[in-house]
Amino acid sequence: MKEIEVLIIGGGPAGLSAASAAANLGASVLVLERDELPGGQLVKQTHKFFGSKKQYAGDRGFQIGNLLIEQCKTSAKVEVWTNTTALGIYEDGVVTAESQDEHVKIKPKKIIVATGASEKMIVFPNNDLPGIYGAGAVQTLMNVHGIVPGQRVLMIGAGNIGLIVSYQLMQAGVEIAAIIEAAPAIGGYLVHASKIRRAGVPILTSHTITEAYGQESVEGAVICKLDENWQPIQGTEQDLKVDVICLAVGLSPLTELCFQADCRMKYVPELSGHVPIRDEYLETTRPGLYVAGDVSGVEEASSAMVEGRLAGISAAYSLGYGLEAAPKLQEEALAELNELRSGPAGHKTMKGIMKLMDKGEVVC
Amino acid sequence: MRITEHPILEFLRGEEISFFYNGQELKGFEGETIAAALHAAGVKVLGHSHTMHRPRGLFCAIGNCSSCLMVVDGEPNVRICVEKLKPGMRVETQQGKGSLK
Ligand SMILES: Cc1cc2nc3c(=O)[nH]c(=O)nc-3n(C[C@H](O)[C@H](O)[C@H](O)COP(=O)(O)OP(=O)(O)OC[C@H]3O[C@@H](n4cnc5c(N)ncnc54)[C@H](O)[C@@H]3O)c2cc1C
Ligand code: FES
Repeated sequence: MKEIEVLIIGGGPAGLSAASAAANLGASVLVLERDELPGGQLVKQTHKFFGSKKQYAGDRGFQIGNLLIEQCKTSAKVEVWTNTTALGIYEDGVVTAESQDEHVKIKPKKIIVATGASEKMIVFPNNDLPGIYGAGAVQTLMNVHGIVPGQRVLMIGAGNIGLIVSYQLMQAGVEIAAIIEAAPAIGGYLVHASKIRRAGVPILTSHTITEAYGQESVEGAVICKLDENWQPIQGTEQDLKVDVICLAVGLSPLTELCFQADCRMKYVPELSGHVPIRDEYLETTRPGLYVAGDVSGVEEASSAMVEGRLAGISAAYSLGYGLEAAPKLQEEALAELNELRSGPAGHKTMKGIMKLMDKGEVVC
Repeated sequence: MRITEHPILEFLRGEEISFFYNGQELKGFEGETIAAALHAAGVKVLGHSHTMHRPRGLFCAIGNCSSCLMVVDGEPNVRICVEKLKPGMRVETQQGKGSLK
């Protein structure tokens, strides 16, 4: 059995930031990453990031990922096991994992779960046809493997992910038939939206998909307009000949391990689903188990990195490391999170976190 | 279809290798996933569901959803979106739930 002080499950921006933060204070850290490469969602992202300079805004996603990987590699205190999927967290604190076809056991003193999120699905006839992908899958195929998913795409969702993936498809030479969005307004940043509109791609708000059709894979989709009560308006149906339908309708936290570890969970729509109840320093109701990043509420890479750092510092501190430095570092991280969440999008997250910690409503 | 030119990314592909899809010889690149190689070859339908026999394809591409299960070198229920392609690999459509010999 492998013994370690801090075990981090998930090597995305949250997990990697947690690893270097805990190691910097002196703790020995092991990161488990199910993928072949650490980096999480960042490795697929070719666009320049928003956010503050401190969280690397202006750099492209995959470059930030490489930087975080580099920080972990140069630390003698951090070990990263790739191709390793954590399977369970048991009552006695043992964590099991599948590592390169072997079943392994790990006994950590503290655990940080940073497993990220998974794509949401929406309901419409034939939504299971081949040719219907989550936006993350399209990004993986395109930006990691260099393969386009098809020739003509209907994008569902005009939040940042829908807009960015559409633009990336266009960069790869794929035609976008339309981007549809059920809400009356575009959810993503307008910079992205105008780049796409300038290229002649329609972004149709108050529109939804009513069905996909095709024999063995997608051959087309029917879309229609919605009234102010989100009901389909008869006679507004349009038939689009597409071979790909891409869903960018949000993410939900990947919390199976937290459920299984018996953390108390709560459904908080503002945080995109069931999330573990945790304190200010990200410790869940199971002592010694922390969460960070999208798994604790879907947000962005910038806040995932700061949450990772906070969880890493807190876990190391609870083991007796950084007795002088840690409290100050914790306060700094908390202040950064508050700053990141001070915008309109952050207000929703703050409201969600207040609900989660049973602190009532935010006032502002 | 493979992207040959991209404004931002450069794709460092491994060596070109052959593998077998339901007995038919196809080409792919070492180091990519089986799903990537099948996609590049235009194979979108990876199997059919057990009861309703509805076609199944790639959905998440990161091993989360189990929509891509196939038989690889005799082993059933392999998530081909995360399994790497190897030279001479036999990739087959799975019938039913699969069993280990
Ligand atoms: C298209 C797109 C555009 C985006 N643009 C921006 C942007 O401009 N600015 C911004 O700030 N954010 C952006 N984001 C959001 C950002 O990428 C995510 O919020 C961030 O990656 C979350 O980090 P994370 O570490 O929590 O999760 P992830 O990055 O998802 O990482 C989780 C990791 O855990 C691993 N894992 C999961 N389960 C297990 C297990 N059981 N065992 C081992 N490993 C496991 C996964 O393989 C993964 O590597 C974007 C996201 C997308 C999809
Ligand atoms: S496509 Fe989801 S597990 Fe392979």
